[in-house]
Amino acid sequence: MIAVQSQPIDVARVLAAVEGPGEGGVVLFLGRVRDEARGRRVRQLDYDAYEGMAQSELAELERVALAEHGAARVALVHRTGRLVVGELAVAIAVAAPHRAQAFDACRWLIDALKQRVPIWKKEWYADGSEWVSDRP
Amino acid sequence: MRVLLFAGLAEALGRPELDLPDHDAPATVGALESRLREAHAALAGRPFRVAVNHRYALAADALAPGDEIALIPPVSGG
Repeated sequence: MIAVQSQPIDVARVLAAVEGPGEGGVVLFLGRVRDEARGRRVRQLDYDAYEGMAQSELAELERVALAEHGAARVALVHRTGRLVVGELAVAIAVAAPHRAQAFDACRWLIDALKQRVPIWKKEWYADGSEWVSDRP
Repeated sequence: MRVLLFAGLAEALGRPELDLPDHDAPATVGALESRLREAHAALAGRPFRVAVNHRYALAADALAPGDEIALIPPVSGG
């Protein structure tokens, strides 16, 4: 399951997407909007995505997680648009035969997503806003 | 040739895409980047990678008519 979507993330659906009889370990990572970033109070975030490429990059991450990190099933969902504090921005579920592969693949997936999937966040503060990628 | 822009780059240039005349289109990704940086002062000091047809491209990669080209500033998803 790969999705870049403006609708809220349904965690039950994300988990259902990695169900299978041969996988004893399931790891779920949820990324939520925090109320603070680098010492500034954050009120809300806007996520922009290059949707077509983000979908292909997420599919490539899924492929590598299956081929090289021992994952058996993967679900990757990222939200776009305006999110307020507490909302889910990203959900990653990984199922594997054993917990070690599931933890390893999930950790690798969120790190790789943050490094290369073309999605950007703008933080809104009490006194302005800033695209996070604009920071030096 | 259309070049898609996102996030801080779209805001800095005040539009979601740039147009280059097809008769004078750059032949490679590197040539495209030089051309854009010469033409748009707002790109100064703003790092980006170039994506061609949804994949990160290298400076030496050739461009062809009909390619979907995008400038990708440092990403910040998650």
